[in-house]
Amino acid sequence: MSALFEVDHLQKAFGGLNVTRDVSLALCKGDRVALIGPNGAGKTTFVNLVTGHLRPDSGQVLMGGEDISNFNPMKRVRAGLVRSFQVTRLFAEMTPEEHVALAILQRQGKSGRMAGSFQAMPDVMRETYEILETLNLTALGRVPVSEISYGQQRLLEIALALTLRPKVLLLDEPAAGVPHSDTFLIENALAQLPADLAVLMIEHDMDLVFRFAKRVIVLAAGEIIFDGLPVDATNDLRVREAYLGGYANGSAA
Amino acid sequence: MSAGASVTAMPAENRGWQRDLIGIAAILVAAIAGYFLFPNNLALLTRMIAIMLLVLSLDLVTGYCGVATLGHAALFGSGAYAAGIAAAHFGITEPLTMIAIGAVGGALAGLISGVVILRGHGLAQLVLSIAIIHLFHEAANKASEYTGGSDGLSGISPDPILGVFEFDLWGRTAYVFGIVLLLLVFILLRILVRSPFGMLCRGIRQDPVRVSAMGASVKLTLIKMYVISGLVAGVGGAFNAVSTQVVGLDSLSFTNSAEALVMLVLGGVGSLYGALIGTIAFVWIEDLVSAANPFHWLTIVGALLIAVVLFAPKGLYGTAATLVERYRRGGK
Repeated sequence: MSALFEVDHLQKAFGGLNVTRDVSLALCKGDRVALIGPNGAGKTTFVNLVTGHLRPDSGQVLMGGEDISNFNPMKRVRAGLVRSFQVTRLFAEMTPEEHVALAILQRQGKSGRMAGSFQAMPDVMRETYEILETLNLTALGRVPVSEISYGQQRLLEIALALTLRPKVLLLDEPAAGVPHSDTFLIENALAQLPADLAVLMIEHDMDLVFRFAKRVIVLAAGEIIFDGLPVDATNDLRVREAYLGGYANGSAA
Repeated sequence: MSAGASVTAMPAENRGWQRDLIGIAAILVAAIAGYFLFPNNLALLTRMIAIMLLVLSLDLVTGYCGVATLGHAALFGSGAYAAGIAAAHFGITEPLTMIAIGAVGGALAGLISGVVILRGHGLAQLVLSIAIIHLFHEAANKASEYTGGSDGLSGISPDPILGVFEFDLWGRTAYVFGIVLLLLVFILLRILVRSPFGMLCRGIRQDPVRVSAMGASVKLTLIKMYVISGLVAGVGGAFNAVSTQVVGLDSLSFTNSAEALVMLVLGGVGSLYGALIGTIAFVWIEDLVSAANPFHWLTIVGALLIAVVLFAPKGLYGTAATLVERYRRGGK
């Protein structure tokens, strides 16, 4: 299958520090890929380069064959490249209902309307509660985000990304900060992502990575050192050395 | 509310407009009470209305969008001068037309200040806004052929409103005209802040990065809001020109801008109600205190302000609204 999303020889240096070294990768429809790597491997820099929050020194980002390297973050979202944030970025005083409705209105190009209320738009309300329902957030629809738990905020973050109907979804540590007992909530949400959506997930929780991903890419010191099946990753000598250490030995045993 | 399998668990529409009806009724009652309680002080009440429009306009960019500005009188003063110059130099003395010209003047000033101020963030934004108000002030001062410079612009004599209601010596017509304008603007703004656009603006104040991650343009939205804010401030300025029949350089001053911000903080940001209450409180206290002690009134106003910011950081309206909310939740 032809690639839906491609990163081509991406380079970025901060002063003398090469944080992204010649990174190339491709995603197809329906891919479930995990990007892992030790702290400081350049994972978040990579996300920022891809989403347009940072400018690469060289290299290209392509969506469906089109070069989007010169697009600003907003235009990349409109092209179908949507991200979630490592630390939740939500509107503290607004409710989940308002968050999702705003994302729907934005997707439909109605967010500039200066009269009327989304609560009086039946189609927007229906879709809002369909999305909240899939993530089990219906009961919290009218509670300000500052009053709901962090795990639920993470779910809302995923809900927002989904609402925009992306073609490619970058999840920056979706389970970060969530108590281990609640990780299953995130996992359930991830299991319900549309089948044809291409997902690139950055994650530290290895259990989650190995259950979710069909393919693993390992980044170390700004460079891709492995790209392949999760099973092979645990057996790869360089990966073990760079990162997995005890975990690889443990699960192989 | 139970989380059923179907989406029938969808809650009903919020009855936010009920509160707006109460708000509108409260403005009307206050307006009528003011008319009968202070028949000799209508000029002060009329000035209050003009300032209310300025503070409402400031609430749009500061309260709803989170833009810090100390130059908002540029929009108000531009509206005042636009209407005043149209009347004094071009013979356009029909009051509604003057208000419309003022609105356009304010919107233009809003566009210019918005484009400049939104280049910066935080402290830089504040400094740019101060630069803007000084530039506008100096421009009006230098263009004395049109603006009358530091002598002020006089010779504004508006026609009767709709050809019927003449502006009287006691300022009754001006007062009623002001109340009508204020109500109209207030209703339109309540609709605006509840609209999808208003929601987007509130989103920008809370997290602009999230808004751009949704694919919306932060800059364009803010500039649109600045132009709307300019329309409102321009109406206020033009109304001030119509009701006082003069325009002075102080309408374009830093002091005027700063006082508007103080009134907004005093009343509470981001609700529109706070803007109204803050203006009434500030102008009224200022009037009271300056009559009681003409030498140290600013000190007293300052002390009061510190008290409000320390003990009621959400402002008079914001604090009252929080208390009512807490009482309601506790009562259930």
